[in-house]
Amino acid sequence: MPSNPTSTPPDTPPFDAPWQAQAVALTVALIDAGVFTWADWGQAFGRRRAPGHARDDGADYYDHWLETLEEVLAARALALADAVRETASAWRRAAAATPHGTPIRLENDPHR
Amino acid sequence: MHDHDHADNEMDEMTARVRALETILTEKGLVDPTTIDTIVEAMETRIGPRNGARVVARAWVDPDYAARLRSDAVSAVAELGYGGAGGEHMRAVFNDAQTHNLIVCTLCSCYPWPVLGLPPVWYKSPPYRARAVKEPRKVLEEFGVKLPKETKIRVRDSTSEVRYMVVPQRPAGTEGLDEEALAALVTRDSMIGTALVSAP
Repeated sequence: MPSNPTSTPPDTPPFDAPWQAQAVALTVALIDAGVFTWADWGQAFGRRRAPGHARDDGADYYDHWLETLEEVLAARALALADAVRETASAWRRAAAATPHGTPIRLENDPHR
Repeated sequence: MHDHDHADNEMDEMTARVRALETILTEKGLVDPTTIDTIVEAMETRIGPRNGARVVARAWVDPDYAARLRSDAVSAVAELGYGGAGGEHMRAVFNDAQTHNLIVCTLCSCYPWPVLGLPPVWYKSPPYRARAVKEPRKVLEEFGVKLPKETKIRVRDSTSEVRYMVVPQRPAGTEGLDEEALAALVTRDSMIGTALVSAP
């Protein structure tokens, strides 16, 4: 809680970065598609958000969200940790190889 | 020394990890990138506490609507065009002179997205989640809400199976206001239970 909660603006922007919105949207899409349920999600996310584990200021909220999503997908063998790591590296290499002003595409990964 | 030869674009680790998941799941046919974009757009522009405020104002002016909201919040909210992700199991709880409702999610951050948007930072924080249950009256006082001793506080613990919204009490002196003017008085916090609605 903020030290002066009454000063909280009524409509705090929910996301600090686009990836946070993407991670939440990905989760919603997977639940809509029946890949897992909100109850599955709550169980897994709740473990990471446990008091003593989650920071009081909430700064780790979306980090936990993404870790939970990775965990849930790895547990179902839908996106294994190695594949996620390799694909993430490919995206970063693709970004590095893409000139400013051009959309970043995975095809731009020089190792591909 | 800074390397001026470095890449044109740098992608941070978190962005790359989300992109990686999206790529893998898209290749497996489990998600469609267009759907993801639609959901992001809805989260950023179409959900939020203004929706909830319209629901509350309608309930204040229309007792039949209030009754429907009480018995089946998902359908009643859908009558005003709101629904979707995070709103599958909404339940509306009504404050009155005897009872004040306060919502929390002790497990994580379950919250009725279509009517309130995504939760504020403090709602997701461990201190609020623990203290709302243990010492709700004190928490309310910190939010500036002082309730009479006789008022009973009901703490409603949201889960993925039931996501609560509070219908605050209509303030006295608002008999002459129309629905739109009433909706303008309703704040996000009043629908969480951490604020009261006051007359203009």
